[in-house]
Parts: sequence; C-alpha cells; structure tokens
Amino acid sequence: MTTALTAGPAAPAQAPVSATPRWPWLARAASALTVAVGVLGVIAGVAGLVHRFAPVRVGWLIPLIGLRLHLDPLGGLFLALIGAVTVPVGVYLVGYARREHLPPLTLWVIPAFVAAMLLVAAAGSVTTFLLGWELMALASLVLVLTDHRRDVVRAAGVFYAIVTQLGFVAILLALMLLSSSAGADSFAGLAAHAGRVSPAMRATVFVLTVIGFGSKAGLLPLHAWLPRAHPEAPSPVSALMSAAMVNLGVYGLVRVDLQLLGPGPRWWGVVLLIVGGLSAVYGVLQATVATDLKRLLAYSTTENLGLIVLALGAAELLAASGARSVATVAIAAALLHLLAHAAFKTLAFLAAGSVLAGTGLRDLDRMGGLARPMPVTTVLFGVAALGACGLPLGAGFVSEWLLVQALIHAPRHHDATVALAMPLAVGAVALSTGLAVTAMVKAFGVGFLARPRSPEAERAREAEPSMLAGMGLAAAACAVLALTPSLVGGALRRAAAAIPLGPVAASPAHVRLDARIRLPGVAGSIAPGWLAVSLLAATACAIGLSGWGRRHRPPRAAVPLWACGADELSPRMQYTATAFAEPLQRVFDDVLRPDTDIEITHHAESRYLVQKVHFRAEIVDGIERRLYQPIEGAVRAWAGWVRRAHSGNVHLYLGYGAIGLLVVLVLAR
Amino acid sequence: MTSAIAVTAAGLQVLGVAAAAPLVVGGMRQVRARCEGRAGGGVAQPWRDLRKQLRKQSLRPAGTTAVFRLAAPLLAGSALLIAAAAPLISTGSPLDSTADLFAIVGILFLGTVALALAGLDTGTAFGGMGASRELTVTALVEPTILLAIFALSIPAGSANLATIVTATTHHPSHVVTPGALLALVALVIVILAETGRLPVDNPSTHLELTMMHEAMILEYAGARLALVEWASGMRLTVLLALLANLFLPWGIAGPHPGVAALVLGAGALAGKVAILAGIVAAAEVFVAKLRLFRVPELLAGSFLLAVLAVTAASFLTPVSG
Repeated sequence: MTTALTAGPAAPAQAPVSATPRWPWLARAASALTVAVGVLGVIAGVAGLVHRFAPVRVGWLIPLIGLRLHLDPLGGLFLALIGAVTVPVGVYLVGYARREHLPPLTLWVIPAFVAAMLLVAAAGSVTTFLLGWELMALASLVLVLTDHRRDVVRAAGVFYAIVTQLGFVAILLALMLLSSSAGADSFAGLAAHAGRVSPAMRATVFVLTVIGFGSKAGLLPLHAWLPRAHPEAPSPVSALMSAAMVNLGVYGLVRVDLQLLGPGPRWWGVVLLIVGGLSAVYGVLQATVATDLKRLLAYSTTENLGLIVLALGAAELLAASGARSVATVAIAAALLHLLAHAAFKTLAFLAAGSVLAGTGLRDLDRMGGLARPMPVTTVLFGVAALGACGLPLGAGFVSEWLLVQALIHAPRHHDATVALAMPLAVGAVALSTGLAVTAMVKAFGVGFLARPRSPEAERAREAEPSMLAGMGLAAAACAVLALTPSLVGGALRRAAAAIPLGPVAASPAHVRLDARIRLPGVAGSIAPGWLAVSLLAATACAIGLSGWGRRHRPPRAAVPLWACGADELSPRMQYTATAFAEPLQRVFDDVLRPDTDIEITHHAESRYLVQKVHFRAEIVDGIERRLYQPIEGAVRAWAGWVRRAHSGNVHLYLGYGAIGLLVVLVLAR
Repeated sequence: MTSAIAVTAAGLQVLGVAAAAPLVVGGMRQVRARCEGRAGGGVAQPWRDLRKQLRKQSLRPAGTTAVFRLAAPLLAGSALLIAAAAPLISTGSPLDSTADLFAIVGILFLGTVALALAGLDTGTAFGGMGASRELTVTALVEPTILLAIFALSIPAGSANLATIVTATTHHPSHVVTPGALLALVALVIVILAETGRLPVDNPSTHLELTMMHEAMILEYAGARLALVEWASGMRLTVLLALLANLFLPWGIAGPHPGVAALVLGAGALAGKVAILAGIVAAAEVFVAKLRLFRVPELLAGSFLLAVLAVTAASFLTPVSG
C-alpha cells in the first residue's frame, strides 16, 4: 500500500521535465553568448591588470555625454572577476535553461546584465559609471522577476527595485556632488583634482556612497533585499548577483572613497569597520538559523561582504595610524576574500540550483540523502561549503588568515581607538567564522547527507553534464584559491597598488602570496598547499594504521542503524535544519527574536490528554521588522496625505504643473 | 643535517603523542577512579580497548556514505598533523612556517567538522543531536581561541608557535603578566569545551540525552571506533601539551637540538602533561556537568576574559620598536 502511494505522484512529476522546450537552440545560443561576454571580461580584465591603457572616449554611442572607458588595474581586477564568474554560469546555463524552461527574455537579459556589470567596472567617468550602474540595476530586476506569476517573486522584485533605486539616488547625489566640487567628470580628472574638495564635502560624499554602495553590497542595514531577491531569482542569476554584482558595491567604495578621495580620515576606517563587522556577524547569524538553502547563501553573502568591508576599514584605520605595511596586508585580505567569496558563492548557488532542478526543493527541512542520487553535486557543494567555512583547505581560509594577521599586528602606540577596535574586530571575524562553520555544516550535512526527508528528495536526479561542467569550473577556482593562491598574487598586487594608503612617495612592501605566504613587516607565515599535502598524508597514515589487526577480523557487514530497541527509524526522526540550529537560536534569542506559536488542542474529556499540538516558528529579519516597517508605514501615511491633492480635476492638475514650472524657473534663474 | 634532526624531532613528537594519548586518557580515568574510591582499570586499559576494537568486525551502518567512513581517519589525521607541527619537544618543527597557531586551530576544527558531518550522515536522532550541540560549542569557542592567540602573540609579535614559545623561554616574566594569565584561563575553558571534558560534556556518560561527543560517534564500531577514540585522546594530549608549552615552556629543546636536549624535552613534556592531566581529572571529580543551555554562559565568560587579556596585553606590554 505504501509503495503504491509513493509511486503514484512520481509519474506526473516526471512528465513536464521530459517535455522539450519550444526553442532548444535559443538556450544554447544565449549560453554561448554569456560565455563569450564572460571570456571578453576576463581578457579585458587581464589586459587592464598587466598593461597601462589610455582612456577611450566613444562619443557617438550616447549623445551629449559620450561613453568613457578606462582599463586600469583596479577596474581590471573586477572585470576579470565578473568574467570569471560568468564563464561557469554560462556553461551551467545550457543544461539549466533546458531543464527549468527559462523564458527567452531571461535568457537574453543574462548576457546584457553581465555586459552592464562589465561597463561599470570599465567606466572611466562618473556619467558612464552611473549609466552602467542603472543598466545593471534594471537588467537584474528583470532577471529577478523571471517567475513573475508568483506573488512572492513580485513582492521580492518590488522590494529589490525600491532598495536598488534608493541606493542609486544616494550614489547619484554623491558622485554629482563630488564631480561638481572637483570640477571634473572623468575618474582620472577627479583623482587629479580631489584636493579641491572641501573636508565637509568629502564627508558628505563618503556617507552617501557608504549608503548607496552598501545597499548594493548587502551591508547592514540595507541588506534585506538579498535574502528576498536571491532565493526567488533563477539560480544562475542568483550566482551572478551574489558573486559578481554585489562585488561592484565594494568596487564603488574602493574606487570613490579609497582611491579618488583616499586616504581618508580615521573615522572613515572606523565607520567601515563597524558596518562591516555588524554585517558579518548579523548576516552569518541569520544564515545559521535559515532553513531555505538559497536564503542561507544570501545571508552568507552579507557576511562575506561584511568581512571584506571590515578589512577595508581596518586598512584605512591602520593607514591613518601610520601602519602602512600592516594596512597592505588588510587590503590584500579584502581583495583575496573578494575572489574567494566569488568562487565559492558561484559554486554554492549553482549547486543549490542543481538541487532545485533535481528535486524542486529549497527547504533544507525537506531535503536529505541527496548524496546518493546526486553524488557529483554533493561533492561540489561540499567544496563550496568548505570554502565558506574559512577552514584550512577551503577557499576562504587564506584570506581570513590574512585578515586576522592584519588585525592582530596593528601597532601599539597606545592609541586607544586602534587598541579597542582591533580586538573587537578579531572577535567579530572569529564569531562569524565559527557561526559560518555551523551554517555550512547544517546546509551540507542536513541537506545532502542523512536520509531523504520527503518524497521529492527521494526522487532526486543528478544534474545534466553541462551543469556539472559549469560547477566543475567554479570548483577548480575554489581549489586554486585554497591551495595555490600564488596564481592570483600578481593580479592582487597590481590592483592593491592602485589604492593609496598614505603619501605616494614611499612605496610599501607587498604581501607575497607565494607557496609560503609571508607578510611585510609581520612575522607570520603559512603554506596552504603544504598544509593540505601534510593533512592528506596524515589521513592516509591514519587509514593505514586502522588496518592493523585486520587478519583477526571477521568479514565486514552492513547493519541497520541503532534504533534504541524500537522497530524502525523513520526519516522523520532525524534532526532537521531547524532542530540543528535551535541551540544557537536560543543563545542568540535576543538578536533573532523568533516568533513561536504553540497551539495545544485538548481532548474533550480531560485537559490532561493532548489531542493535537500545532507548533509554528518563524524567524523574521529583525532589522527588517524594526527599521523598515516604521519607514514603510510613514511613507504610506504621507502618500495617503498627498493623495488628498489628487481630486481628479484637470484644471487643478494644470495649475500644479504651472506652479511647479514657476518654482523651477525661479530656482534655476 | 639540522633539518634531519628537526624532522626526527617532529617524528618523535608524533610517535610520542600517538603512543601516549591512550595512556593519558587511561591515567585520567585512573586518577578519577582512585579519587572516587574505585580500583580503576589501570593506565593501559585504553590501549587494551584499542587492541580489542581493532580485531572486531567492520560494520557499515545502513545508508551511510563516504563521509561517515572518511571522518574517522580525517579526525586522526588532523590530530597527527597538529602533533607534528606544534612545538612540543623542540621548537624546530619543519612544519612551523607552514602552519601558525591560527592554522592549527583551523585544522583542529576541521576534525570537529568531519566528525559532526559523520554524525549527521547516520541519519539518526542522536547523530544530529550530537553534531548540533558540538557545533554550537565550537561556534562559541572560536572567538575565544582566536582572541587568546591574539593576546599571546602580542608580546612575541607573531602568531607562529615556535616564536611565541621561544619568546616566553627568553622572557619568563611574560607568563605572569595579567594578559597572559587571563589568556590562560580563557584557553583552559575552551580546551575543556573542545575536548569534551566536564563541565561542558561528560566523557564517561552513556545517557543519551546529555551526550555530545558520544552521540556523534554512536554508530561507529570496530576499527573506526578505535580510530575515533585514539584521535580524541590525541587531541586532548596535544592540546594539554600545547597549553603547557605556551605558558611553561621550560625544558623544551631549541630549534637545532642534540640528542640529550631531545630526551630532556620529551621528559619535561611528559611530566608537564601528566601533571596537567592529573589536575584536570582530579578537578572533574568535584564538578557536575553544566546544563547544555548554561554552557554558552561559561563560554561567554571565557570570551570576556580573552577580550580583557588582549586589552591588558596591548596596554601593559612595553612597545619594543
């Protein structure tokens, strides 16, 4: 009877998958175009890193403002990064589009989105930068709204549109103020005339850019669009947004505040340190208790971008305190973590997409046992999770090690700010690493190991070869960053050299990312490759030792799991993701404030006999509830008040227009 | 030539830790048994248990994957690697510039994660429960460990273990500074938590609802169980030895030791570990296990101590150039 019940719904679930999409060639063409744009990005980026180009102005393309492109090492690093994320996503898209029936609009907007991101990183002037930024925002919005027939997707799209446009307004204001007070439009001109900008104007630009670029990078308190938009977008789009687009927020901060206006005063560093540290800890805490796999990964993005901004803030603070060699270590940590995060987050979102395509599940509480039907995806997600943990052999280890080294080697000139900020920053980094380990063990252990918790998980199918190939490319990047980061050492050194950390005259020493990483002015070293080899050798040694006494053993056997004397263990008895995170949820109860609801229905005869217990627990983002909802309420109230002026009378509207025009004319006189 | 001696010293450390770990565990059980008025199984009992388990049949619990099979060797491998890289007998480990204290902590956590995944892989309630509790403790322990390392690295100017130990040997007064003492207390608490000793976890419990470490390894049997127990003993031994050498490094051989220095170093280390293990075991007789949800309070306390340690070290250590 039970077999018939489980076999029943299997047949219709298979049916739509085998149906052929309407335009099979379209998906392949769009994927090929995406890969081509990605390769172009990598080539342009590498060229920008190794060669010094003059700015190019393409006047005819856009009337009046023209398009100004400038390849330099800093932009080159981001171009190469965006391109390198796009190539595996493009390869993955071949199979994913076929399996998930992505509509043609989405397929064609993906390469356009990548091109817009490349335009942002290649922009040589404020206007081109803003143009690329807005194109990127619009393209990503279209992609988020792919599945627009579902309410939750539309709600996420509106939320994302509002946050991204408000962020754009802040960036627009900041760059216009900067451009007008320095009297230049091109970045080269701005860098040359940055001295003209008054300190008050610098401070205004800094605050506005932290808000604008911070909203794109998913920093607190403007992170709330990430866990809404990422889960609802198609997985390749999530990968592009989370591994490439959010990095452009960091690019904006580095370009405007650290390069054009830098080196900034000490409080800039402190602000970045605080924003980054809070984002890291809060993001990872939400990731630990999240049960939606893609939501978990989105919060992990907030965490990692927070760590990057924390490293940038530490670099600014250290440079302002006169410790330039340690500041270069912090900059190297920020840039390396940017690459590492892009690599493991691309892989993680693509693997989550494979799970979604293979099972239709995002909820960790319903997954489990995917290691048997989807072995390759499981191993690849394991690589990504290890990278996100920041443990040795993972992609994130070397960069987090660099960051901690920079923080603990701050100079001790009895400077109270530095002496207090650095231990707290180490604590924030360590807590976020520890919680990231828990979050990733939960995602991997509950999602992929153990036994299937739902019929969908039981019927999982392995991803298509092209999807596996795309993920394999991303996994290779993770392995390179984990074991031989020396391969990207040159690129990082050139990009880091573009960030001024003090008077230009003295050129600081660089972090040498060789096989054995040594730091300038700091006694500390690790050799990630050797560490991996030694650990493998030690593990092999342990395997060999456990064979001792084998002669005496009876032949091996498979046995059922221990069920405490009961007949059978059902998969429902396993720990779920919610249960796994419950102890930490209790520990951080004050921050997370879960909504829990217990309804107990008693038997009619006696209230000591329970008939039914209904338990509901939900964790809503606390910042969203306490910060966004009052603002939303205020805006609604204000809009309701303004609506009174909308009487429907055409003459009145004409009058409004006339008054408005008069005001503009008087002001612009 | 010197590198040959350094390699020999490292090999000696690994062999010593591997051979002594079951004896340390046995010794602690024996001290505890005597304190409680029992006869005890003898110091060598864990070795006899290991021999027994290695001759038992290999059992594969239904539905487990390669993660379950590889977790035990990875745990043991991580412990062996730490034994090779840490300055236990001499400060000249050839792996010293490969792994500093942060990397060692990372390797230690890698072992914890492997075992937690094995617990989840079994798909039983106990495996998941043990993994969840173990990782809760690990997540809260990590900030304390890193801050304690920070405090210790301030006087030495480096987080490489040999540098810290050498600096303490040359300047014994570092040990009695407030920063070092606070770091010592913080490290003792996290080592007890990370090795599953009282008051965080009870190593001798088999009452399911209170288990952490034992719950994760419930499905292991035979040679793999032997590997897990041996590895747990090695983690305990290495961490106690590291604690001893970070705060009381005397007797440790230099980077290019002679044979006599190595023997002296090994003897001094054995003595220090025996005393520390004895103290821990004797203290456990008088301590009850904390409720699981009181453990975070203990760890938060140790975190506070570590913050104070860093602050004390950075304000009270004279700036040396």
